Amino acid sequence: MKILVPLKRTADPDNANKIKIAPGGAKVVTDGLEPKPNPFDEYAVESALRLTENGTNPKARLAGDSVVVATFGAKEASQTLRQALAMGADSGLLFEASDENLDGDLVARALAKVVEREKPDLVVMGKQAVDGDSNQVGQILAERLGWPSATFAMSIELSQDKKSVIVGREVDGGVIKLKLALPAVITVDLRIVAPKSITNHVTPQTHNYQEGARYAPLPMIMAAKKKPLAEAPFASLGVEGVKTSYVKFEAPPARKAGIKVKDVPELVQRLRAEAKAL
Amino acid sequence: MATDFYDINDLLTDDERLVRDNVRSLVSSKILPSIGKHFEEGTFPTELIAEFGRAGVLGANLPEEYECAGMSDIAYGLAMQELERGDSGIRSFCSVQGALCMYPIYAYGTEAQRRKYLPGMAKGEIIGCFGLTEPDFGSNPGGMLTRAERTNTGFKLNGTKRWITNGNLAHIAIIWAKLDGRIRGFIVPTNAPGFTAQKIERKFSLRASVTSELILEDVYVGEDALLPNVEGLKGPLGCLTQARYGIAWGVIGAAEACFECAVDYAKDRVQFSRPIAGYQLVQAKFAHILTEITKAQLVTYRLGQLKQAKKMTPQQVSLAKRNNVAMALETARTCRDVLGGNGITYEYPIGRHMLNLETVFTYEGTHDIHSLVLGQAITGIPAYDAPMPDPR
Ligand SMILES: Cc1cc2nc3c(=O)[nH]c(=O)nc-3n(C[C@H](O)[C@H](O)[C@H](O)COP(=O)(O)OP(=O)(O)OC[C@H]3O[C@@H](n4cnc5c(N)ncnc54)[C@H](O)[C@@H]3O)c2cc1C
Repeated sequence: MKILVPLKRTADPDNANKIKIAPGGAKVVTDGLEPKPNPFDEYAVESALRLTENGTNPKARLAGDSVVVATFGAKEASQTLRQALAMGADSGLLFEASDENLDGDLVARALAKVVEREKPDLVVMGKQAVDGDSNQVGQILAERLGWPSATFAMSIELSQDKKSVIVGREVDGGVIKLKLALPAVITVDLRIVAPKSITNHVTPQTHNYQEGARYAPLPMIMAAKKKPLAEAPFASLGVEGVKTSYVKFEAPPARKAGIKVKDVPELVQRLRAEAKAL
Repeated sequence: MATDFYDINDLLTDDERLVRDNVRSLVSSKILPSIGKHFEEGTFPTELIAEFGRAGVLGANLPEEYECAGMSDIAYGLAMQELERGDSGIRSFCSVQGALCMYPIYAYGTEAQRRKYLPGMAKGEIIGCFGLTEPDFGSNPGGMLTRAERTNTGFKLNGTKRWITNGNLAHIAIIWAKLDGRIRGFIVPTNAPGFTAQKIERKFSLRASVTSELILEDVYVGEDALLPNVEGLKGPLGCLTQARYGIAWGVIGAAEACFECAVDYAKDRVQFSRPIAGYQLVQAKFAHILTEITKAQLVTYRLGQLKQAKKMTPQQVSLAKRNNVAMALETARTCRDVLGGNGITYEYPIGRHMLNLETVFTYEGTHDIHSLVLGQAITGIPAYDAPMPDPR
């Protein structure tokens, strides 16, 4: 089974409070913030690796299985691909593009081209990028490919014959389980990296994964240098034209200082009279 | 985010950044959750040894042909920095294993010794300790009393070593002893008859690390125990240069951990009418710490370049060890102060780092021994030893 995982770099999400808005609201300025992999994409890589390995020997993919990672972005984004290769992915594809010239629709169309070439059985991707929070690429991609899709996956169970998956999705009041015939598109949510959220009928039931995306052991970082990482211009995919334009960016209004109340009766009175919460 | 005021990140290669970030996530996911408890209880997290092996942090800058990670010296330094961001005791475990035990086998050993030990040591299956210091010979190891004598089949060792990190965990000890009056290194199995290790208890520093006394009483080893390719004090000192290089990087991690914790705390802690971070005295402390951390980062980065170009001298390592450890210790103390009463509790990592750094200040050449190394480099006059004036 071959899995394609698209990746995006985002400005260090742990320091998102440090981003600024350019004068006039023309764009978001992320100067001084280190680019990091989008966390949901790291979870997607982790999911793809768990689907294609015996968890007791995470260094090797199962015979016949492979994980390909792809990104559209600046040349430096190759570091994000290298990280995925060091975690265990087999090969990487970098299509050089400037983030400003991409939108969700164009990324989805470009991914459809990558899918045509790579012919994966499954696309596993983050539910959204934490910078734009658009949450649309997976859905548009599935539509364009005519593939079934499940969004916000919290669990994935690969069938023994590797022809279908059962995806758990958290919804209000419970979990929905969807069965998808492969090929398919899955977008993953935070809980997909819980210790037992992925079943592939090879990793023993008793195996507990460490919560979260794995770190790459140092020898794997060195070995990743030898894994194939192909670079090509975005234009080589033959898709173009963004349909979304950002009109204006505004910082959220600064929070006003709260007030102190002297006792509970005053609190109740204010909640009733001013906040209209009671 | 780590402290990086001069954008040193920009100087790093992709691999170096990946090493740093992955060791950082190893530390956050595996070490930080339990290290406070281990420190409090005075135990070493033995359950992590296999993990360190899997992660490839043991002897990480030694070549891949011995199943080590084969990393660059700067990448190795960054790994040490991230480990010590967790705890100096953890970094010490890795320094001793890699720089003090694997390195001498690699640099002074035979090919057979390398093949026998290095792959297992890289995996954490064979643990080493380094026995140089003795009860009466610390800063002056050249005076050591431990002796080796030739026998028909090899050597017989006698002596006592003290303050030996990993002593009670180790499968092998690199023992420095005098053979015919010359210092030589021996690989001694710790289960050899006559070899005993006794844990030194009641420490207030490096509590999540095992420190031991080793007693060797007629310990017989074979011919193949001798590290043949070095003689004299330059043997152990060559290992110490490697370890000190790692320490110079490591302590930056401890300093950053303290600094970041103190800044966060000061922004939240309100006294009088504002957060204490808003007072000039506190800001002056932070300005000083940031300056010192930045200088230390630049020193180690350049030292790493020199090491990679095979131009690094032991004296340059002394400068970095001396400066950076003193910087980290001072940083930890200042940050402890910024946290007020909370600074003395186990709730925050600062007290633990502060206590650990007292050891780091002393081991691998005390601060002042490095002053003397530099003094000699500057003046050409060695000032380590001076005969006592004759009282008559
Ligand atoms: C937790 C811990 C772990 C350790 N791990 C190891 C290990 O794994 N292997 C190992 O071999 N050793 C190890 N050591 C030993 C360490 O290297 C020694 O403690 C160190 O070299 C200092 O020796 P000492 O303690 O005997 O102090 P001393 O040498 O007695 O020094 C005491 C003081 O005198 C000063 N002094 C000494 N000589 C001079 C001089 N000529 N001029 C001016 N001042 C001087 C020193 O700077 C220091 O301030 C460890 C120590 C500790 C505390």
